[in-house]
Amino acid sequence: MRIAYYPGCSLKALAANFDRSARAAMGALGVELVELERWNCCGTVSSLTTDDLMRQLAPVRNLIRAQEAGERRLVTACAMCYNTLKRAALRVEAHPEELAKINAFLDEEPDYRGGVRVLHLLELLRDEVGFEAVAKRVVRPLEGLRVAPYYGCLLLRPRGVGLDDPENPSILEELVRALGAEPVDSPLKGQCCGSYHTVAHKEVVARRAHKILSEAASRGAEALISSCPLCSFNLDNRQRLIRELDGSFAPLPVLYFTELMALAFGLEEALSPEGHYVDPRPFLEERQLLRR
Amino acid sequence: MADREAVEQEERTSLAEELGVRIYIMGKEYRVPAGLTIMKAMEYAGYKFIRGAGCRAGFCGACGTVYRKEGEYKLRFAVACQKLVEDGMFLVQLPFAPAPRVSYDLEKLRPTENVLLKLYPELARCVACNTCTKACPQEIPVMDYIQAALRGDIKRVAELSFDCIQCGLCSMRCPADIKHYHVAQLARRLYGRYLAPKAEHLAQRVAEIEAGRFDEELDRLTRMGKEELSKLYEARQIEEGVGV
Ligand code: SF4
Ligand code: SF4
Ligand code: FES
Repeated sequence: MRIAYYPGCSLKALAANFDRSARAAMGALGVELVELERWNCCGTVSSLTTDDLMRQLAPVRNLIRAQEAGERRLVTACAMCYNTLKRAALRVEAHPEELAKINAFLDEEPDYRGGVRVLHLLELLRDEVGFEAVAKRVVRPLEGLRVAPYYGCLLLRPRGVGLDDPENPSILEELVRALGAEPVDSPLKGQCCGSYHTVAHKEVVARRAHKILSEAASRGAEALISSCPLCSFNLDNRQRLIRELDGSFAPLPVLYFTELMALAFGLEEALSPEGHYVDPRPFLEERQLLRR
Repeated sequence: MADREAVEQEERTSLAEELGVRIYIMGKEYRVPAGLTIMKAMEYAGYKFIRGAGCRAGFCGACGTVYRKEGEYKLRFAVACQKLVEDGMFLVQLPFAPAPRVSYDLEKLRPTENVLLKLYPELARCVACNTCTKACPQEIPVMDYIQAALRGDIKRVAELSFDCIQCGLCSMRCPADIKHYHVAQLARRLYGRYLAPKAEHLAQRVAEIEAGRFDEELDRLTRMGKEELSKLYEARQIEEGVGV
């Protein structure tokens, strides 16, 4: 299967390991992610002003790029891009008058006609590839590995955009099971990581991340998986500050779900120390899940 | 049909030559001969350029012009030394763009993913409206290079912005107050300093020069008188085997 792929800015820069592992893992499942030839920033963080049409230009322009390429579907790995693009796609379909205004503004582009479906990789795995097929592709079952799925906000909210039950999601748990590992449930798995406050209020975010990580660890998690470069930054890189605030805090590796897939598929080269603050490799080597 | 169109076109041209074209400079109407560039037309009308003109050849970017044509809703952009006047142009010069350049020491920077964003954080405010691209007289995909800058792709910024003449028109139109051409210049500097493949033949030639390979020749030339020099110049070889 070939599918149009929107990587987003983060996956081209600080989260290149997310992009690499996503392409490798999906490739192993026979899904080729075909990057759009031209694309721009998804638009990120939805604006809190009521008059925010200007903010929809970026996502709609990307939908036009997909339409231009003759694609009806656009898949993303980043939860933030997924949320922004899907929200815009649904919004302009529900509000033709807004779309008309946007199209009139984007007068150098062909009109966006609607109809491009925005998908997250996890949906593609669940609904089309199927977790059974994922399980079949596993060459190194992650037996006994206790992994805490972390959803954050962007995969789950708002209703209509979220890809699973916002109160009790299970899609990441199913994936973890398919890879042979053991999911560790936590009541904080759908709580916000602190998002952009990480720029201006590092400590607030560090304290939040501390709670989320400690809760997972106290339930036996040895690693945590995420689908968002910003969540990962807050949960992983902020561990430096967490250690300063709490000397007894034990580091917890944070991986992208695609890295966990790559690991179980035997695609070790897709798992690099770059992009991680807590290098997950020593721990995986110790558990004999990664060759030394 | 085509003939008639050609005839009409010719009639229009000769009429314009006779009467001149109507242009409006800062709101005041002038009639100027057709076929002049905006810059020459303004000089014809009596304006004198003591700023806002440089190369007069479309390279220096000093002569940014904003205009609107009668009956059109869109602003248009050009460099005054290149664009010919058209009937019904409302013109204004934009000789300088107040878009400050951040100061940096190239030797202390590294071509990392976030270096552009760090020095020009307003990059993150881009809403992908593409207004910058529409303003560029060089037809550069300005938004695309800003987007590449946002994702830290220095090489792509350098490539896409290569023809930028730093007129600043993009930066005067951007709702996000981005300083496009300074970002692009920084990217090209980083690219040249750290990323572009090194020219080996250049290093070789520099080494040859330093080793004194051309010293004797140079000494000979410096000792020559004017007459001898111009003789030598005239007899120079322009193409292989062809003298002047
Ligand atoms: S990119 Fe901006 S500064 Fe450069 S030529 Fe185009 S409009 Fe002028
Ligand atoms: S004009 Fe400014 S905000 Fe609009 S696309 Fe260009 S850089 Fe982005
Ligand atoms: S005067 Fe240099 S570009 Fe016009």
